Formats: sequence, structure tokens, C-alpha cells
Amino acid sequence: MRAWGALLARELRLALRHPADSLAAVLFFVLVAALFPFGIGPAPEALARLAPGALLASALLAALLPLDRLFGADAEDGTLDQLLLSGLGAAAVALAKALAHWLVTGLPLLVATPIAGAMLNLAPEAWPAAMAALGLATGFLSLLGTAGAALTLGARRGGVLLPLLVLPLAIPAVIFGAAGIEAAAAGLPARPYLLLLGALLAAALPLAPLAAGAALRVE
Amino acid sequence: MLQAENLACARGERVVFAGLSFTLEPCGALLLVGENGAGKSTLLRLLAGLLAPAEGRLLWDGQDALADRAAHAARLRYLSHADALKPALTARENLAFFARLWGGAVEGALESLGLLPLAELPARVLSSGQKRRLALARLALGPAPLWLLDEPTVGLDAASIGRLGGLLAAHRAAGGMVLAATHLPLPLPGARELRL
Repeated sequence: MRAWGALLARELRLALRHPADSLAAVLFFVLVAALFPFGIGPAPEALARLAPGALLASALLAALLPLDRLFGADAEDGTLDQLLLSGLGAAAVALAKALAHWLVTGLPLLVATPIAGAMLNLAPEAWPAAMAALGLATGFLSLLGTAGAALTLGARRGGVLLPLLVLPLAIPAVIFGAAGIEAAAAGLPARPYLLLLGALLAAALPLAPLAAGAALRVE
Repeated sequence: MLQAENLACARGERVVFAGLSFTLEPCGALLLVGENGAGKSTLLRLLAGLLAPAEGRLLWDGQDALADRAAHAARLRYLSHADALKPALTARENLAFFARLWGGAVEGALESLGLLPLAELPARVLSSGQKRRLALARLALGPAPLWLLDEPTVGLDAASIGRLGGLLAAHRAAGGMVLAATHLPLPLPGARELRL
């Protein structure tokens, strides 16, 4: 546990030394959300209709950005070998990586959600539901993405392969997340949809690190 | 005691080495020599448990060493070609992470390789020899009986090789074992040679 905490602290410290990576993901999220009004035109009803799905899709794409370097940098500089010999299991290393990815990418996206929501004309009363849905969906993507990053580590076009692997698996998160935001915007309870998202996250929490750990062990 | 029995390693279709047997007893040292591509680094990775042998056994005190990878990892220190340093962290921070994993004092480890004056510099600005010294300083953290070193002296100046010699001598005097792949003479008196 102490070693796991040390690894997580080190990942966060490294992210703080390179804040540009987190900032780039947030800006990407806001910019993609801002592209929709230009494409659809300024009709508020049409935008509000699209807002839940557009928010989810932009957030997941933004969270994908830093994933291809999740293990790549450590594999190149020899750190990954040391982590695998650190006494932590490979799955524990993967879980620390996934949590660090969510803290430095997913969490800042939540802070930017009201900005992106406002640009998409999402009703302010749906903002809390949108933040909850994005928080759960990005957590799910961090876990799936960690498994994907471990699997594509060392592949020649890993950066291209990773989204192709991960995005289809993230479709349920988009469906439930968007449905939850839509319900909140219509004044209905978002809770059932958020609970389904939570169930996805709960299933991925043990499975994805185990898959990632197995992928890291195989050479 | 570390015993290798008839070890073989294959990468893809190619056999890197086969039929390799040796014994390494406490306080002992073994130098791996051989031309480039002979499989020295591969053998070290295999001994660290990062690769599985294609055939043969690796025994630690008579027991299968690779049956419990975590227990095997806990008794060794592996120094690879890559220095495993993060450019954005200072020398002290780089070492402090491993000190939290393995125990041991960061100050003493920095001092043992003459790195105290560089402790607050980010690893990014260190020269390649200084980076190598920082990687070697990990050996001075919490003790482990087996050291696997891949070309430990690449880029080191004479004074640093002397400091490494002191670390190696203290490790062996305490009953430790050293297995080093090298093309350069190492400060390991009485070491046997294993030609790949």
C-alpha cells in the first residue's frame, strides 16, 4: 500500500511538472464543444437537443489524448522494468496509472463542463448531472484506456490503434451518460442512468487493471 | 545461492542462447562477456524475471526462483541500459521514490556516488555519466542479495568507477552476489567469467 501510494504520488508530481498536458486536454474538450454551434447554426433548441451527446463525445475524445503516453514514456526510459520489479503487482501498477490519469485529465474536464455546457446551450439545471455523468464516464474511460495502452504498448502505430480499441467499448458510457443529462435537462431524475454508469465503472474497476497487468507482463 | 540449469531463451523464432548453466554463491561475482547481440542483456532480463526462459530452470537456494515473481523481485536490484530516471524530477526526488519502495537513506545513497552537489538539479540537465551515477546510487539504497548490472560503467569517469568499486566490495563483503554484463574492466576482484 505504501509503495502504491508512492507510485501514485510520483505520477501526480510528474503531471504537475508538466501541466501543459492536462491543460491541452481541457482546451481540446472546450474547443470540440465549441465547434458544434458553428456546424449546426445558432438555433438554441437544436443545440440543446445535441448537447448531452456532444458533451460526452468531446470529453471522451479529450481524455483519450494523453493515453498513448501512459506507459510509453516509462517503457522507453526503463522505469517500467523497475515498476514491474518493485514488488507491486502489474495490476496494481496499472490501477495507479489509471487513477493518476483520471485525476490529471478527467477531473479538470469536470471543472470545464459548465463552460462547454453553456456553449452548447445546455440548461443550467442539468449541469450537476452533466458533471456527474462526465466524472463517471471519464473514470470508465481511464480504466479502459489503461488496459488499451498496456495492450498497444510497443505496437508500431499504438497511438492510432488505441482509440480504435477503446472507443467502441466506451459506447455504453456515452449512451447512459447522455440519457442521464437529457433526463436532467427535461426535469426528470438522472439518477437511474448515473447508477448504470456507476455499474459500468464498478465492473471495469477490477477487470481493466487485471487485463492491463497481464498485458504488461507479456513481452 | 543462484543456480541456472540449462537455460535457453528464444526471441520470436531466433534462439538467443541455449544450454546455459552456472552457479553463483554468496560473495561471488560473475562477469558476462561476449560480443554485441550475444544475449547478455537478455540473460539479465531473464534472471530478473522480466522474461520467461524457453527451457531450463533458475533456482534460488534450491527452489524455483521464478515461481513467485514478486518474492524474486524483492531479492534483486536490476540496473538496465536505460537509467529509469524522470527528467522533470530532481536527482533527490528520483532517488526518493525508490527509497520509499525499498527503504534506505537517500542522503547516504547520493553521497556514495558523489552526487550531493547535484541533488537539487533536475535529471534533465545531468550529463550522461551523471545520470548513470544516479541510476547506480539506487544500489546503495535498501539492501538486496542479488545485483544484476547491465554495463554499469558506461560513461563513468575513473573516480566514479572507484566509488562503484567500493559499493560492490561492501555488497560482496555482506554476502551479496553480483552478475554484471560488460565490455569494460570492472572493479570486481576474483570474478569469474561467463562467455556467451
